[in-house]
Amino acid sequence: MAPLPETLPRRWCEQVREAAANGRALRIVGGGSKSFLGDVLQGDLLDTRGHSGVVDYDPAELVISVRAGTPLHDVTDLLDAHGQMLAFEPPAFAGATIGGMVASGLSGPRRVQAGAVRDHLLGVSLIDGQGQLLRFGGRVMKNVAGFDVSRLMAGAWGTLGLITEVSLRTLPRPPQELTLRLELDEAGAIDRFNRLAGQPLPLSATAWHAGLAHLRLSGTEASLRAARATTGGEPVGDVEASAYWQALRDQRLPFFTYGQHALWRLSVPGTTAPVELPGEMLMEWHGGLRWLRSEIPATAVRTAVADRGGHAQCWYNRAPGVAGFEPLQGPMAALHRRLRRAFDPQGVFNPGRMGGEF
Amino acid sequence: MSPDSLRASREFAAVDRRLLAQRLRRALPADAVLVDDESVRPYECDGLATYRRVPLAVVLPQDEAQVQAVLRICAELGVPVVARGAGTGLSGGAMPHAQGVLMSLARLNRIVRVDPLARIAVVQPGVRNLSISEAAKPHGLYYAPDPSSQIACTIGGNVAENAGGVHCLKYGLTLHNVMRVRALSIDGEVLEFGSEALDSAGLDLLALVIGSEGMLAVVTEVTVRLLPLPQVARCVLASFASVVRAGEAVAGVISAGIIPAGMEMMDKAATAAVEEFVHAGYPLDAEAILLVESDGTPEVVEDEIALIRQVLQAHGAHDIRVSRDEAERLRFWAGRKAAFPAAGRLAADYYCMDGTIPRKRLGEMLESIAAMAQRYGLRCLNVFHAGDGNLHPLILFDAGQPGEQERAEEFGEAILRHSVELGGTVSGEHGVGVEKLGAMCAQFTEAELESFFRVKLAFDGQGLLNPGKAIPTLNRCAEYGKQHVRGDVTTHPGLPRF
Ligand SMILES: Cc1cc2nc3c(=O)[nH]c(=O)nc-3n(C[C@H](O)[C@H](O)[C@H](O)COP(=O)(O)OP(=O)(O)OC[C@H]3O[C@@H](n4cnc5c(N)ncnc54)[C@H](O)[C@@H]3O)c2cc1C
Repeated sequence: MAPLPETLPRRWCEQVREAAANGRALRIVGGGSKSFLGDVLQGDLLDTRGHSGVVDYDPAELVISVRAGTPLHDVTDLLDAHGQMLAFEPPAFAGATIGGMVASGLSGPRRVQAGAVRDHLLGVSLIDGQGQLLRFGGRVMKNVAGFDVSRLMAGAWGTLGLITEVSLRTLPRPPQELTLRLELDEAGAIDRFNRLAGQPLPLSATAWHAGLAHLRLSGTEASLRAARATTGGEPVGDVEASAYWQALRDQRLPFFTYGQHALWRLSVPGTTAPVELPGEMLMEWHGGLRWLRSEIPATAVRTAVADRGGHAQCWYNRAPGVAGFEPLQGPMAALHRRLRRAFDPQGVFNPGRMGGEF
Repeated sequence: MSPDSLRASREFAAVDRRLLAQRLRRALPADAVLVDDESVRPYECDGLATYRRVPLAVVLPQDEAQVQAVLRICAELGVPVVARGAGTGLSGGAMPHAQGVLMSLARLNRIVRVDPLARIAVVQPGVRNLSISEAAKPHGLYYAPDPSSQIACTIGGNVAENAGGVHCLKYGLTLHNVMRVRALSIDGEVLEFGSEALDSAGLDLLALVIGSEGMLAVVTEVTVRLLPLPQVARCVLASFASVVRAGEAVAGVISAGIIPAGMEMMDKAATAAVEEFVHAGYPLDAEAILLVESDGTPEVVEDEIALIRQVLQAHGAHDIRVSRDEAERLRFWAGRKAAFPAAGRLAADYYCMDGTIPRKRLGEMLESIAAMAQRYGLRCLNVFHAGDGNLHPLILFDAGQPGEQERAEEFGEAILRHSVELGGTVSGEHGVGVEKLGAMCAQFTEAELESFFRVKLAFDGQGLLNPGKAIPTLNRCAEYGKQHVRGDVTTHPGLPRF
């Protein structure tokens, strides 16, 4: 018989203590939907999916507490039924779990307007590298008691601890959305997106690819009507529009899936002028997130992006020897090493998940 | 050093004041090093004046290089360093260390750059919160977090405390509005957390550094996110016959799918206190009043106000007023913003608590506070950031009366303990500092406190940055444990103890 979800964390604590004592590593996996990112994983498999279910959800509190192994879909469906959402619009790769969503820290099209995963993360329960079950943060919006360890878990890829439960802030779904399409070149799109974002408009997402820009407005009918006068563009039908944003969020647009060249995720200041690198570009987040499909060497990509105050991640089709995550250097690398040891002295969790020694 | 031994004993070797001053004077301009008792006196406490300590020296660096020089000297000599912004903190976070240097960042007060297209401002840590919005205003932008102390407090202090304000329900805390923090480690190493891009390589250390109360690094530059100024804002003032009803109305507004720009509650005692002081036009017969603000485009505000009014009515509000113009809106807020000074007029001293609880427990909490006020024989005014469940009970007392201060502190700690019991936290926005060290023992287990210490040591191996703050020592929690039991005995004398 499968163990009850409630009892799993206690077993995991033992498993972690044993691993630490025997110098073994654990490879934490939820749905495995993001295994393609980062380096090859070592260690004994620890599947979180047995620890599943919504622990508490009160729509009027704008908080949901969920066990880490819960399918992301279950949560978004439940929120949807109550007219709410996870505002950071996480990618819903097939099989994704809530724990993996937090650990990867990936946010979707609404990122600029609504914030990232960590902005909506209120608390976590986790097992540290000594097999201790710890709780940080809570179920309230404002909480400055102690260091904000829970938010540190967003984007830590499970390298600091095994997340067992999270509390997330939920928000009302906007009453209406309207997508507009217009022709712009890359520089024109960057300029337009950022100018619009500087005005009081309900701009909830932007994207640009191959001379075509998409803008999404979210709000009441009256506010969308008023905003349209400023944004311009041709309205896209609701069905088509929502399919488009979902495909963009889940990286199912043809741009993401074709070709053999490496796909790079470039995180740069939004107003950065077009990064003139050979290849094909798709842009999100008002220019703050740029996807590059290109065959040029990794160092050329990384240098160009670093020069612009950003960093690059190799997403798909990584050539042998190329790091997935941007390598850390100097004092920052040393600090990461010390922090890693602070949570996981024996290096039990996901060694190498974030590249190299991390 | 192991975290255990660091937590157990926090003794620093005595350092010769003259020698320290000599070293500091070689690195800084003459007027930037203060050592005599009279000139360091103004720095002996922050906004929580009941906790005072005279530092060995005060330094007033002008730029990052000078900050770095001071840090290197202190690291070499093993001298604690406490950073200070404007000293408006309410938890003793900027209280000096008797064996240490108090470093004021007030002279690093330059707005380096406002970039309207990128909607960011790059500022030095000593820049006042309100000055950022003033500098952004010509571009139709502003910096959203607005602590009531915004004319005085600095962005460095805001980052250290993860400060909030009345508008953070909709626009978030400091954390949600800062993109990048540049800071120096105790060894004087430059560290960049976050960036002007939306995410950065490695762990999200920006989230960890924000709210770290000056214990991990000294902030030398901050990039904040600016937002478009809302075209209009209007405020609804509603009266309720009970605090419980008002609390239900708060939940009702949110259930209706509205996230107001601000949603504040005041009880009858607080309302009366401010009304006498600022004449905001508040109803004096209500048991509780709510202020609910909507901002945005005219269309959004009109729709939202109509809906808010409907919901409040449905929850039994009587006397609902909507601000007709900007002057009236500001008058509605003037009362709320004057709550602290109004408390100051009513009593020789007051003590502002800062627990946060799940919104739905507001009514219950208020009833408990009323019972505690009776038990401790002290008056308490209640103001809340109701939208996010953050309570600011203002306990009135007179430190001149024997035993009153101790009673006030016990009262405060009882409120915080109850916040934890209701599923909340001991600090929503003011930080732990020295004031809530005891309460931290109620909220966290030994192992959790231990993790905080490990994090601290990963940044600051010698434990020199703001030592003795925010994380209680083992001894402290052991003592707290004893006290806690004693407290409970007086609370429920009839109940058996186990
Ligand atoms: C009347 C009044 C109303 C208030 N209202 C609010 C409110 O609405 N919301 C709210 O959140 N707070 C409020 N506060 C509390 C206070 O204003 C905030 O905590 C503010 O962020 C403190 O800023 P400061 O510059 O005064 O910092 P200080 O008090 O000088 O320091 C606070 C902490 O920050 C650290 N610090 C300061 N500068 C740096 C730096 N450069 N690098 C590293 N650490 C640093 C200090 O060591 C200390 O731990 C209020 C205070 C008062 C007196």
